[in-house]
Amino acid sequence: MEGRTRELCYAVDEKGRYVRVLSAGWEPKNAALIQAWEQVYERVKATYDDVLAGKKSPLAFFMAKRMFDVKLLSAYTNIPKRKIKSHLDPDCFRRLDTETLKVYAHALNVTVDGLLNGPRPTDVPFRTEKAGR
Amino acid sequence: MTIDFKHSQSAHCENGVTSSLLRHHGLDISEAMAFGIGSGLFFAYLPFVKYEGIPTTSFRPLPGRIFKRTAARLRIRMVRKKFRNKEASMRALDETLGRGIPVGLQVGVFHLTYFPAPYRFHFNAHNLVVYGKENGQYLISDPVMEQPESLTYDELMRVRFARGLFEPRGHMYYLRDAPGHIDVASAIIKGIRKTCRDMLTIPIPLFGVKGIRYISRKMSKWPSKLGAKRAALYLGQLIRMQEEIGTGGAGFRFIYAAFLQEAAEALNNGRLEELSQSMTECGDRWRDFAAMAGRIIKNRASEQESYPALSAILSEIADRECRIFSELKDAVL
Repeated sequence: MEGRTRELCYAVDEKGRYVRVLSAGWEPKNAALIQAWEQVYERVKATYDDVLAGKKSPLAFFMAKRMFDVKLLSAYTNIPKRKIKSHLDPDCFRRLDTETLKVYAHALNVTVDGLLNGPRPTDVPFRTEKAGR
Repeated sequence: MTIDFKHSQSAHCENGVTSSLLRHHGLDISEAMAFGIGSGLFFAYLPFVKYEGIPTTSFRPLPGRIFKRTAARLRIRMVRKKFRNKEASMRALDETLGRGIPVGLQVGVFHLTYFPAPYRFHFNAHNLVVYGKENGQYLISDPVMEQPESLTYDELMRVRFARGLFEPRGHMYYLRDAPGHIDVASAIIKGIRKTCRDMLTIPIPLFGVKGIRYISRKMSKWPSKLGAKRAALYLGQLIRMQEEIGTGGAGFRFIYAAFLQEAAEALNNGRLEELSQSMTECGDRWRDFAAMAGRIIKNRASEQESYPALSAILSEIADRECRIFSELKDAVL
C-alpha cells in the first residue's frame, strides 16, 4: 500500500500558493485501505474453512477472494442468480459442465483446473498486503 | 496510430481527463480550474447506496457531471456515447482515434491490469484517455498514473464493460471543436454559483452542509447502534471516500482551494484569495478528522479521541463550510 505508487496531492508552499506534490500515501488513508482488505481477508478465510468442511463449493471461495457477490457474478456471467446460489453447494458444483466452469473461471480470473480442484492453501492470501491477488 | 497527446498526472481522474482533453484542444485549463468550473465540490451522505454493505459518502457529484458542466460552461461541444454492443464500442473508439481525436473513457478498475493491486476493487467510476493504438496495444493516459500505460483490445473492452455500481457500458466522450475564444471568467462564476447552491440550498438533509451536519449527528451513535467493529467499518469507508479515490486530499477541499486561488487571479478578485485560505483551513480540519478516525480504526486513539469527538469536528466543519460558501456566493455577485 505504501511506497509502490505515488499519487498527486495539493498542498500549499511556504508562500501560501498551491502546488502539486507526489505522495506515497498518508497514514489514515492507508489504515482505511488496509481495513478494507482485512475485511476481504476475513471473508476469504472463513469461506476457505467452509469449503474444507464441505459446506461450500470452491466457487464460493473464489467469489470471496475476488469480492464478487451473487448479483455481480450473475451480471458478469449471465448465469441466473438462483443457479449461482445452487452452485455454492459442493455437490451441485461437482456436477457442473465444463462450459459453465469456463465461464466462472474467466469471470473470477482463475483457471478451470484451479476452480475445480481448489482452493489450495496457497490460494488464501496473506493478511493485508496481498489480499485479493 | 498515435495522437500527439501529452500525458500528465492529476489528483482526480475525471478532473484530469477534462483538463488534459481541454489542453489538447489548446485551452490551458488546469485540473483545479476544471474542477471548479465543473462545480465538482460537493457532499452527500447516502445511507441507501451501499458499497460492500456500507453507506457511501460522496464528496463530488455523479460521475461525468464535472466533464459535462465544464464543457458546457466553456461552450465546447462534447460527444458522449454508451453502447449495448461491446465490439461496436471498440469500433467507435478506433474510428474516433482514426480522426485524430483523443477519447475519454469511463472504466471499471477491477480488471485494469496496470492499476496498483491494492486499489483494484469493483469500482466503476474511473476515467482515462485513449490517445493511440500501436501493434494491437491501446495507448492510455490515465490521469492518476505517473506514466502512460497500455492495454490490449480485450483488456480495454473488459474494463469498459465492467459490471456493478455505476456500470460504464462502454461510455466514451470527447470534445468537438473548441471555439476561438472562451470566456473563462464567466465559466468560473457560473461554476462557483452552482457549488454554493449545491452546498447551501438543497432541501434534503443528506446533501451539502446539511449532509455534513446529518452525518455528524449520526456518527456519535454509531458505536451504540452498530457495535464497535461495524462502526469502525463505517468510519473506514468515510475515510476512503475522503482520501483514497484521488481527491487530492481532504475530500477535494484542497483542490477547490487551489481553484479559488486561480480564480482570484483570473477574476482579479482578492476576496477569492481569502476564501481560498479559509478553504485550506477547512481542508486541514477534514484531515484532522481523518487522522483521528484512522487512529480509532487502528485502536490507537487516545482517551479524548472518540466518536463524539469526531462528530464535533464534523459539526465545526459544517459551520466553516456554511460560512465559506455563503461568503463565496456574495464574492461573485
